[in-house]
Amino acid sequence: MAEAIPYFQDRSCPYHPPAGYRPLREAGPLTHVTFYDGRKVWAVTGHAEARTLLSDQRLSADRQNPAFPIPVERFAALRRVRTPLIGVDDPEHNTQRRMLIPSFSTKRVAALRPEIQRIVDELLDRMLAQGPPAELVSAFALPVPSMVICSLLGVPYADHEFFEEESRHLLRGQTAEEAEDARIALEEYFTGLIAHKEKNPGDGLLDELIADRLRAGSLEHEELVRLAMILLVAGHETTANMISLGTFTLLEHPDELARLTAEESLMPAAVEELLRFLSIADGMLRVAKEDIEIGGTVIRADDGVLFPTSLINRDDTAYPSPDRLDLSRSARHHVAFGFGIHQCLGQNLARAEMEIALRSLFARIPDLRLAVPAAEIPFKPGDTLQGMIELPLAW
Amino acid sequence: MRITIDSNVCIGAGQCALTAPGVFTQDDDGFGALQPGREDGAGDPLVREAARACPVQAITVTDD
Repeated sequence: MAEAIPYFQDRSCPYHPPAGYRPLREAGPLTHVTFYDGRKVWAVTGHAEARTLLSDQRLSADRQNPAFPIPVERFAALRRVRTPLIGVDDPEHNTQRRMLIPSFSTKRVAALRPEIQRIVDELLDRMLAQGPPAELVSAFALPVPSMVICSLLGVPYADHEFFEEESRHLLRGQTAEEAEDARIALEEYFTGLIAHKEKNPGDGLLDELIADRLRAGSLEHEELVRLAMILLVAGHETTANMISLGTFTLLEHPDELARLTAEESLMPAAVEELLRFLSIADGMLRVAKEDIEIGGTVIRADDGVLFPTSLINRDDTAYPSPDRLDLSRSARHHVAFGFGIHQCLGQNLARAEMEIALRSLFARIPDLRLAVPAAEIPFKPGDTLQGMIELPLAW
Repeated sequence: MRITIDSNVCIGAGQCALTAPGVFTQDDDGFGALQPGREDGAGDPLVREAARACPVQAITVTDD
């Protein structure tokens, strides 16, 4: 077994795994990393092993378990309260997920496509009217998913500056206090919004949950507040990063971009490949509830387990030449959305947003290019969702 | 070929409908379902891929 290397590390190129993780790939499929607090945690880098373990309910997502691994100080704040959906196990998780499934089905997402297209077109109209240069994250990559999730949930987009700012503190805060303050601010916001909606119902998912679940007593007030917060944060930050980093990556691979713009039917496969290649949620965590034997190795009860998706999705036994962006490869079975019971609820919405956003962006602005050299463009550190901090573009 | 979907296990990820839309769909509750008349897979080579894509192994494919 390799010496435990430190986790997390920053990427040196925004679309490649950190160079410092190379020993993990070589030592895999199961090896160790060391967290900031000195704790040794299993790192699963093999694609088959990751799928097996992410499906194994002896691995728990319960962040309130004292043995749950904490990769950054900020994360400690999130374990003080119960995090519905993503931070609980079945049967609690199952009950919550089943309330939400109908709103994120492939049919519902198909019905949302015209609305997504309208949002994308309006934002591109505005960007083109203002003329180059443009900063893509604030002008397009963030507002697209932010407006879509607001519309789906029934959250007023007018409040976006507040919740986008608090989401940043929650996901990128430097201290536990900063993340905790952001969580409290968002919870207060949703407490107020839900109280308002109880008197003035709208037609979003939150309104449906109030009418069908809260009133019937099958959903607690506090649980609804936290669910709303998770859906909002997960619904905009993730896709925003995929749009910004996806655009950057395509501009840095002009031959692949040319294939994509020449052949529109390639788009769904291209989105899968970008999901695999970019693996923006690079570090899913679990804790073992009991001993688990896998391929002759035993993960002991209370051991922490890390799933670095950027390495799992580049396992060369699953994807030939995994470090090459190949938009026409069948990137199916990647774990960018996770696997097992917690696999992303909003994945089909995210796919639709990415398809429509990327197709429209490059169709409307065929001569899109980076406004400054790639090396000067800031991207996110390794301890959070990966993506561009800013993306200055010209045409 | 016979295909069954365990709706007690299904989490509505929609992977089956995405992978083999000729055979799988999602019902109004968002759960995986078989397209009418396609319960035998209709010879679609993507059926097994769809079963493999299911994140919770809710799909069983048996050969006659």
